[in-house]
Amino acid sequence: MSANVDPQAKPETAVRKPDGGKGGSKEVGMDRKEKTQGRLAALLIVPTLVVLAIVILYPVINAIIMSLEHDEGLDPVTGTFVAGGFAGISNYTHWLFQQCTGPGGETVSCPPGTLGAQFWSSTGVTFFFTVVTVFFETLLGFWMAVIMARAFKGRSILRAAVLVPWAIPTAVTAKLWFFIFAFDGIANTLFNTSILWTGSEGPARAAIIIADVWKTTPFMALLILAGLQMIPADIYEAAKVDGASTWQRFRLITLPLVKPALMVAILFRTLDALRMYDLPAIMTGGANGTTTLSILVVNQIRIGFNSAAALSTITFIIIFIVAFIFVRFLGANAVETASGGARGKNK
Amino acid sequence: MGNKTKRMLLPLATGAVLAMVLSACGGGTGGGGGGGAASENLDGRGPITYVQGKDNSNVVRPLVDKWNAAHPDEKVTFKEQSDNADQQHDDLVKNFQAKNVDYDVASVDVIWTAEFAAKGWLQPLKDTMEVSTKGMLPATVQTGTYKDVLYTLPQTSDGGMLYYRKDLVPTPPKTWDEMMGMCSIAKEKGIDCYAGQFAQYEGLTVNVSEAINSQGGSIVDKDGKATVNSPEAKAGLQSLVDGFKDGNIPKQAQTYQEEQGRQSFEAGKLMFLRNWPYVYNLAKTDGSSTVKDTFGIAPLPGKDGPGASTLGGHNMGVSVYSKHKATAKDFLAFMTSEETQKFFATQGSLAPVLESLYDDADLVAKLPYLPVLKTSILNAVPRPVTPFYPAVTQAIQQNSFAALQGTKTVDQALTDMEAAFNTTVSK
Repeated sequence: MSANVDPQAKPETAVRKPDGGKGGSKEVGMDRKEKTQGRLAALLIVPTLVVLAIVILYPVINAIIMSLEHDEGLDPVTGTFVAGGFAGISNYTHWLFQQCTGPGGETVSCPPGTLGAQFWSSTGVTFFFTVVTVFFETLLGFWMAVIMARAFKGRSILRAAVLVPWAIPTAVTAKLWFFIFAFDGIANTLFNTSILWTGSEGPARAAIIIADVWKTTPFMALLILAGLQMIPADIYEAAKVDGASTWQRFRLITLPLVKPALMVAILFRTLDALRMYDLPAIMTGGANGTTTLSILVVNQIRIGFNSAAALSTITFIIIFIVAFIFVRFLGANAVETASGGARGKNK
Repeated sequence: MGNKTKRMLLPLATGAVLAMVLSACGGGTGGGGGGGAASENLDGRGPITYVQGKDNSNVVRPLVDKWNAAHPDEKVTFKEQSDNADQQHDDLVKNFQAKNVDYDVASVDVIWTAEFAAKGWLQPLKDTMEVSTKGMLPATVQTGTYKDVLYTLPQTSDGGMLYYRKDLVPTPPKTWDEMMGMCSIAKEKGIDCYAGQFAQYEGLTVNVSEAINSQGGSIVDKDGKATVNSPEAKAGLQSLVDGFKDGNIPKQAQTYQEEQGRQSFEAGKLMFLRNWPYVYNLAKTDGSSTVKDTFGIAPLPGKDGPGASTLGGHNMGVSVYSKHKATAKDFLAFMTSEETQKFFATQGSLAPVLESLYDDADLVAKLPYLPVLKTSILNAVPRPVTPFYPAVTQAIQQNSFAALQGTKTVDQALTDMEAAFNTTVSK
């Protein structure tokens, strides 16, 4: 939102400056001009805001409204579904406190096998996947970026090759790894093991992490590479002249200067990983402790829209909080970097 | 600052108001609806649309062409969905919710009828809309029935069969215990004994239902109440758990869907396989199949005789929002006629729902598994007929998978399953 307001504010100050020393009678005229300009600016951004309202605000508000109603219930006499009516926040407490309605209408804790019983475990699984995959992707991505940043023969081929996993659609990737990790698959044949990769919790999670890291490390590498290439070569030369070691150059020049790009890359990947759906959905179907929040939402949509709306609102808030923490406390600023934040820092 | 805020407010407010208006429009999605729509347009005639999943073996298009040639004023447009069942389901739900008049006739998976009927989206096939189900296998008609009213007309069917190795076991086992007793033969040969579909997905519901139904148990009763916590149901799930414990069912079967089991069987690494009829042709013709001439088929083994297979297949239903229901009704009759079913069977290997066709000499010559499949479907039990099917299948899958893995006792799994059903239904 703030990105849209900025251009409106800037012409305002630009107009005011030359007008600062002018006489009083003219100021009234300029004020009117300023006003019309401001109005024009507001008018010009209305289409953007309307589009944003339709594609972002409307679904969010609608989801929240839906989440305040009960799922349709079955009329035991006619056997047809009837509207559930106003639910207050009970859909939210259903997920957060794992409360279900028992056969007699009383509140019971959700029994195993219901989706309600899986909320906290799915949240845990989602964060587990996020932390582990982003950690490995950052590490490997940085390493790949440093290699790709060097000038050597065949660099463009390497860069293109690295992109291949990222270019394959995730669903296809997932199916590939599904076959690789099958009991008679390549992984077991190659290492001469008989691990049930998708048959128990540890291996299933490991399989998904491996597939995800394979797929998204190139994305990380490219974003970091972009950051690396913005560092002027003469800084390194100057450091060399001053006698800085390789490690010192990396720690004192590369790391701080690449940090804005790195933080944005980590932010993007974290938000992406928190929404992870296709890999576990195809590789394990959510079995063996690999149900992420997104899988839970999709499963719930088939059962009841209103509880699903509450769950997606909760998921939205969780991701929003994580993004907020990143931007506010860790200094990841996607907007600033995009409009030349690194240049600003060099000043 | 105040000025700036004010300027921002106008467009923001516009957007917010717009969003409210839009959400008010879209808000009316709930409710049973359709109460009135079911009695409208009953004698309407005109062009209609038939919606079905991907027509992989190209059997629907020739039939639609044939219909259109005979009915120039009541043409049928064929709308093809994706070939993924979940996506087909979600597409139907979306369009029924939007009361789309262009979704006149839809192909409905046997497990969706209750849900769609309870939502009031399907036209009851009674009175003027009645289409004959004479000669259809009773279990298939049951899949289209909700609260004693027929909502969808059976079109094709499917049932589980036992694939076995003729060279290792000359006569196939009739009962589950007999089959487990034969596992020593497989052990001698160093191959796995029995597998079905035991990964945690819809196939597990199918296999667990078969085990429970075969022991005389059931999952839900006629009124949709959970009946899963019974001695018979316990015996059913226990038979699978014991199979894994004894090694008669290999541990890797917990990762098997249909295809993994078929591959293992074709590679000669498995003696008994529970699977659908599609495996028959592949095992006979696949280049990689090592069992082309050495496998046979038999009905699923049960407690004292043939087991209770779970039913697959598709039915056809008419949307309550259709404007041309009379045409839709005629089209339903056309698409389920004996001639059409023969065409489906010969061209698309889709099992018919008319009992007489299973003894048709021409068809049996083409599809040698039909007599076995007939026994299977005659003994079949539909999957739980409940409008809460998606929640019910989740509860079955998660709890029975835990039992198969040994992380939960059979008693605990069934108790949890029952509790999960009850909270679902009363919500």
